[in-house]
Amino acid sequence: MKKPHQKAWLFVLPVLLLVAFNALIPMMTVVNYSVQETFGNNLFFWEGLGWFEKLLHSERFHAALGRQFLFTAIILAIEVPLGIIIALAMPRSGFWVPVCLVTMALPMLIPWNVVGAMWNIFTLPEIGLLGYLMNHTFGIPYDMTQNPFAAWATIIVMDVWHWTSLVVLLSYAGLVSIPDAYYQAAKIDGASNWAVFRYIQLPKMKQVLTIAILLRFMDSFNIYTEVFVLTGGGPGNSTTLLSIDLVKIALGQFDLGPAAAMSLIYFAITLFVSWLFYTLMTKNDTN
Amino acid sequence: MRKRSIIPLIYILFLMLPIYWLVAMSFKTTGEILSGFSLFPQTWTFDNYRVIFTDPTWYWGYINSIIYVSLNTVISLTVALPAAYAFSRYRFLGDKQLFFWLLTNRMAPAAVFALPFFQLYSAVGLFDTHLAVALAHCLFNIPLAVWILEGFMGGVPKELDETAYVDGYSFPRFFTTIFLPSIKAGVGVAAFFCFMFSWVELLLAKTLTAVYAKPIAATMTKTASSAGYELGLLAAAGTLTIIPGAIVIYFVRNHIAKGFALGRV
Repeated sequence: MKKPHQKAWLFVLPVLLLVAFNALIPMMTVVNYSVQETFGNNLFFWEGLGWFEKLLHSERFHAALGRQFLFTAIILAIEVPLGIIIALAMPRSGFWVPVCLVTMALPMLIPWNVVGAMWNIFTLPEIGLLGYLMNHTFGIPYDMTQNPFAAWATIIVMDVWHWTSLVVLLSYAGLVSIPDAYYQAAKIDGASNWAVFRYIQLPKMKQVLTIAILLRFMDSFNIYTEVFVLTGGGPGNSTTLLSIDLVKIALGQFDLGPAAAMSLIYFAITLFVSWLFYTLMTKNDTN
Repeated sequence: MRKRSIIPLIYILFLMLPIYWLVAMSFKTTGEILSGFSLFPQTWTFDNYRVIFTDPTWYWGYINSIIYVSLNTVISLTVALPAAYAFSRYRFLGDKQLFFWLLTNRMAPAAVFALPFFQLYSAVGLFDTHLAVALAHCLFNIPLAVWILEGFMGGVPKELDETAYVDGYSFPRFFTTIFLPSIKAGVGVAAFFCFMFSWVELLLAKTLTAVYAKPIAATMTKTASSAGYELGLLAAAGTLTIIPGAIVIYFVRNHIAKGFALGRV
């Protein structure tokens, strides 16, 4: 049992102050903007909930939000199963384990705009390795800047390249924590591979998978830099995700009111879906 | 067993291809890049790297990035260690709510915060300093550090604390000489993740700096647009940004997988 001890607040105080400074003040600024209209020169006019109403009926917002959800759904549907499959196939001990872990973690440590630039170089139709192979060796016309489908395929493959390793590392951490005795018992019972996976490995990975899915949801739903560097939201508006649209409105057009209202709705959706995932995935624990 | 290892092998090959292309590109001359496709550099050149190591706007980008990333890692760990200890050892008013609130800050899209951050840090006179970026990155790194450290601390039996008090250790002495060494791996993992997320983040770092603290990644975007896409130079700069991460990851290779697994959900 943990001891009740109110002085513990002193230990938490520095964290509280730092995070509050970074989170609460900017959040209040955003809330402040979201209910006002500005014409520059620090002139502000009360707008009430007008921006929120306009936004909720705006087709541009619906389209961007739809693209954001589609992107996240595809990402989760590919990366989670793929990550589990790779983690299951990885060696459990020996020389190759650290080699695998280090090489797999490498993409996650590359600055996000470099990831975008790297995939740009990789996919250029005449100069890039992938672009050249697609166009000239396989004879599939491929140009990300012209074809919306190619642009979508590229940002998805890029994200799979960038983040599947997170799911692999977490699942692997769950797998190595299973004692050998479990496998031996399963072998004696003559359990099939599927049964071993379903009744031993999956339950043991549940906790880490919850973390993996939550992190992948938050980060893919908030993705900005990589996609912006790679496609700039194009061709047309086809890859303009919500975050890209938001930055366009806030920093490009300097429409602070609508951008702030959009930010708050964006944040609220992220919080709500994360909470939903969290509740659904931990629900059975209490039963 | 043997047949199975083909899956990770293919996956690693897939991961290495774009990286190989970036590195290969960095050793090519601009003429060769623009003249068409070649799998290996035909004429090796180190000019791209020479430019980066001799031009101050380039190499200061690296120094700036490393300064604010290190600063952020130190700040995050210093404040996260006592907080994680409090969460793992004591019950106090609002502890669960506070822990969850900390984690929600990881969900805030950086795009949402970019402009208010600029105004906040300009108002307190920290704009274009390394400290500004280091503090801003605390927003998502402190919650993560607390989360990871709390997990590792939970694995240390409470009897250790009690025995130390009976033996007459003061709290600071117990914490630094007994407790910290026993969660060494956890501190390493937390430092790794702080380093990683601060190193790869660009939007906030770019928003909060102009000249004196500009990160390498921002120098790259500027070159990309102003100098009409010097691909070789861009590739060399990109290649160099991979190296610090590769070094850090090598040191914690045996612990990274464990880092998240111990965190509570």
